[in-house]
Amino acid sequence: MFRYVSNRLITSVVLALFATLVVFLIASVVPGDPILAMLGDLAASKPEIVAEYRARWGLDLPLWQQYWIFLQRLFHGDLGISISTGRPVLADIAQYAPATVELGTIAFVLSIAIGVPFGIVAAVWRDSWVDHSARFISLVGVSSPVFWLAFIALTIFYGWLQIAPGPGRLDPIDFPPANVTGSFLIDSLIAGDWETFKTAFAHLILPSLVLCAATLGLITRITRASMLETLGQDYVRVARAKGMKERAVIVRHALPNALIPVITLAGLAYANLLTGTVLTETIFSWPGLGRYTFRSALSLDLPAIMGMTLLFAIVYLIINLLVDLSYALVDPRVLKR
Amino acid sequence: MTDSVAVSDDVQVAAIELRAESTSTRGQRWRRRYGLAAIGVAIIVAWMLVALLAPWIAPYRPDLVDVTQRLLPPSAAHWLGTDTLGRDVLSRLLYGARVSLFVSILVVLLGAAFGILVGGIAAYAGGWVEHALMRFTDLVLCFPPIILAMAIAAALGIGTVNTMIAMLVVWWPKFARLARGLVLVQRHQEYVEAAHVIGYGPGRVLLKHILPNALGPLIVLCTLDVGHAILVFAGLSFLGLGVVPPTAEWGAMVSEGRELVEQWWCATFAGLAIFTVVMGFNFLGDGVRDWLDPRARRR
Repeated sequence: MFRYVSNRLITSVVLALFATLVVFLIASVVPGDPILAMLGDLAASKPEIVAEYRARWGLDLPLWQQYWIFLQRLFHGDLGISISTGRPVLADIAQYAPATVELGTIAFVLSIAIGVPFGIVAAVWRDSWVDHSARFISLVGVSSPVFWLAFIALTIFYGWLQIAPGPGRLDPIDFPPANVTGSFLIDSLIAGDWETFKTAFAHLILPSLVLCAATLGLITRITRASMLETLGQDYVRVARAKGMKERAVIVRHALPNALIPVITLAGLAYANLLTGTVLTETIFSWPGLGRYTFRSALSLDLPAIMGMTLLFAIVYLIINLLVDLSYALVDPRVLKR
Repeated sequence: MTDSVAVSDDVQVAAIELRAESTSTRGQRWRRRYGLAAIGVAIIVAWMLVALLAPWIAPYRPDLVDVTQRLLPPSAAHWLGTDTLGRDVLSRLLYGARVSLFVSILVVLLGAAFGILVGGIAAYAGGWVEHALMRFTDLVLCFPPIILAMAIAAALGIGTVNTMIAMLVVWWPKFARLARGLVLVQRHQEYVEAAHVIGYGPGRVLLKHILPNALGPLIVLCTLDVGHAILVFAGLSFLGLGVVPPTAEWGAMVSEGRELVEQWWCATFAGLAIFTVVMGFNFLGDGVRDWLDPRARRR
């Protein structure tokens, strides 16, 4: 166990280091000229301004030296200054992260809370209408573009029926609750502000449903498949032969074994939800990391793009590591390989 | 264990579903397998015809601007209405099929070719070559695909070719992973030894002997993946990182119409087009997957 864990840890750290190199290289060998983007046409046409600018940002040094400086700063928690907001990238991340984590987590909870029971029922009542509708819903979820779902949801529930609030985390007239965790749901509860909690919650419903659509489909599918496989096993037949109640057979014998592959997939799904909010956030004007990344990509704000790409890669690596480790805990056979 | 994580979710789900399906009757399996695949093929063929014949079947030119006819609802003259510049939505939709299908199929084919080459060489060579190539693959896989593609597309500048390059960079690793696993299985088969004994070089053995035997699952991943590629490309276009306006492209069309809640036709139909074609590829992929799996064929 110790060897496995330390092996995986070292691999992840090495990958993270190399990831910094990749990010650095993307930013330094781009044909799109960041200087032009930062200075504008007029200033970029004067060589002395360009030279001063290059010297100030260390762009005149050899590439490996630039990388070394980049790494040193990185280890001091310095991701550079965002060109478009003029603030440290790390400060921007700290400001925008809670909105994304809140959205991603709610979407994750939704996809598990709906997908797992749905998959179980579909497997137990195979070829019933529940099974068919589970199949249909997961198909729609996997096949539809998330930005289109978002548009349809907003058009119907906000535009026509007017039962859902518009884009954003709160209505324009509302004040955000006092900042403690950054999550509006938790913060408004801490402040005891019930009205804000309700508004924040209402604003979360559409974006999180849209965001979780694809994941929900995947979770339903794998739960159903895994449950079907387990229900065909000998030990389930034995349990039934012993005369156990069907409910007990399903819940106590089949379910725990059927959930193992779901756990792996759920971990990856969470990583995908946290890092895959770009489109959803853009269309719902959600002030999170996804929209921030998108904006910095459009304005070629290199420090911000690099910081975000790196941050997402590290989140991805950490969650993958946790999934692997938890898998080793649940299924000891992994260690023997 | 690292291997199982990055092999795409699709493949994992597929493997489990396949094992589970073994309990249904033959007729049910057949219908589920070929019925859906046939529908998928029909949808894809229909869209491909549309893409090919767009200049002949489109009622208007896709970039024909007529501001006197802007934002008209669907009618006999404009079946799917007109957009903010008075362009015919149906015509743009039909032309849009060209960009979406062409880009995604090309990205998947090129990505698969490169990935299979990397994975094949890694598995066949073994030793430090394998180690280096696979760690490189891991490195690309540790970035969320859409974020990395976005960063690269932004860095390269907006344009269809640049977006394709960005997508290619994030596309090949899953093929490399799968190809490596498949070639590893084949490498120690007798026919490979026989080929060596005859004196064939490694390149010939890998390309002519091993790869054809390992191709099945790779084809499955390709078909399933085109749908995914369409979604990613449309997403990048939606964000303004795909095609250059006024090119008719589905993702860009949804983006142009997204503020227009009253004029819902501007965005709705383009999204519907993406949805149907992706669904077609998913149907086909599911069918091909069962069909090519030796365990499923045996039964």
